[in-house]
Amino acid sequence: MHYESGVGHIGGNLSSLDAMLLVFHEYLGVDDEFILSKGHSAGALYISLWSRGLLSDDHLRQFHKDGTLLGGHPPVNGIPAIPFATGSLGHGLSLAAGTALAKRLRGVNDHTYCLASDGEFQEGSTWEALIFLSHHRLANLTILVDHNQLQGFGNTSDVASMAPLWDKLRGFDIDLQVVPGHDLDAIRAALKIQGDKPRLIILQTIKGHGISFMENKMEWHYLPLKEGQYRQALAELELP
Amino acid sequence: MRKQLCDALIDRSQSPDMIFLTGDLGFMALEDLRDSLGERFINAGVAEQNMVSVAAAMAKQNLEVWVYSIAPFCYARPFEQIRNDICFHDLPVKLIGNGGGYGYGVMGPTHHAIEDYGILLALPNMSVYVPVFDQDLAVVIPRVGNERSPAYLRLGRGEEQKGFEVPAYSPWRQLTSGKGKTVIAVGPIAGGLIAAFNKMPEDDCPNLWALAELPLSKNPLPLELLGQIASGSGLMVVEEHVARGSFASELAIFLLNNGIAIGSFEHFNAQSHTYDFYGSQNYLRKQSNLDVETICTAARGI
Repeated sequence: MHYESGVGHIGGNLSSLDAMLLVFHEYLGVDDEFILSKGHSAGALYISLWSRGLLSDDHLRQFHKDGTLLGGHPPVNGIPAIPFATGSLGHGLSLAAGTALAKRLRGVNDHTYCLASDGEFQEGSTWEALIFLSHHRLANLTILVDHNQLQGFGNTSDVASMAPLWDKLRGFDIDLQVVPGHDLDAIRAALKIQGDKPRLIILQTIKGHGISFMENKMEWHYLPLKEGQYRQALAELELP
Repeated sequence: MRKQLCDALIDRSQSPDMIFLTGDLGFMALEDLRDSLGERFINAGVAEQNMVSVAAAMAKQNLEVWVYSIAPFCYARPFEQIRNDICFHDLPVKLIGNGGGYGYGVMGPTHHAIEDYGILLALPNMSVYVPVFDQDLAVVIPRVGNERSPAYLRLGRGEEQKGFEVPAYSPWRQLTSGKGKTVIAVGPIAGGLIAAFNKMPEDDCPNLWALAELPLSKNPLPLELLGQIASGSGLMVVEEHVARGSFASELAIFLLNNGIAIGSFEHFNAQSHTYDFYGSQNYLRKQSNLDVETICTAARGI
């Protein structure tokens, strides 16, 4: 999809894809909400929706094309399973908190999931949201953090270090867990724990996961695949 | 207008869908609303970006969501949240900015809102309400509450002379009549002109119109006003807002697009934050030639 459209953002899509597919297939109920705070992983979101039958092959073929619904970031309209057009970082946790609080006030038991990047913990609004969601004890809210430690122009520790991120978050009144982000059983185990507080699960992930030449390489935040790289990636994934 | 705001909101508060978010403001003003709404009155703390995104998400869940703060904290700090989360999605969040224009006076430019509606009306789907009189709130709040798109309510204070009989609410109202120029004033500043205009000889007394809802494209000029403008007697626009993004600029484009000739055009507007000295709302209006005396002098053509 990315190769055919000649676009990048593959690295951060691959770091979050495992968790996203797991949530969409095993946890997300019909009335639950999923908010992708790291909107640049829209490709992984589209694939997750497609794998649940919520997007068609035709939709995917139009990815990044003129007149598409599937732009580089989640769209405003046209796909009911996408509630918000994210892309500017630092919005998703607040949107998720508002959604969860609204559902609680309405007395419905639906759950809200939000997937954020580690880089967007450099946004002040993310911390505003953390204060709010922990203060209101939004137990119907799960935040997943794709902690791949690479951002747009460097390593998160080199750009504006928050390391260790879990240490910064420990002071909040939330259920905080740190799990290997590509270990599905570990993520499942983390998602089993449901107390009376919001959950925040730091997924220790690998940018470009699954493709040897992309893994832990900052440049795959942006770069599109060349033909040779595409063929190699398919071979590594044992795809035709 | 805060008391009238509070009363009008309390009138709606029995709806289980109504939510009120404040950015830690409302002391000695909104306590009764807080008591009426209970858990649906949410002090979101000093965190306006989060508050606005939370509001957008709650509106997406079909709740009637109001957001309240001092005006610039309501539209300037969380601008991207208003743009992306509210306006792009056409969500009917109701933003209330207290202290429109120079309302916070000597508190200084950090608290002034002289570019609010110009900025907000640059966003898709936005409507703006600028009530003129305190009594307007009883009508404006239900209008804003029933909006199906984003809305911004710029709160000021009623400025009409005591005893003035406030006409029934309408987005456009003619407040004085005469043979002088046509004057359009946006929001409460119109109220302060009534008594001064009425003291003028009939030949000088302007036709004063108060405008309470923007943009012009949603609130077309009344035919009577259009006729007065087209008569060529001269047109003045008075607004506590900077020129860029002003109502006057939208009006001028409308008049030019439609080939409507006017005798003269004068715009009285807020000056941007370039002054060295602080002062009251009246002091700052004087610095911007928005005081009653200067406007009356201009209206008489002196």
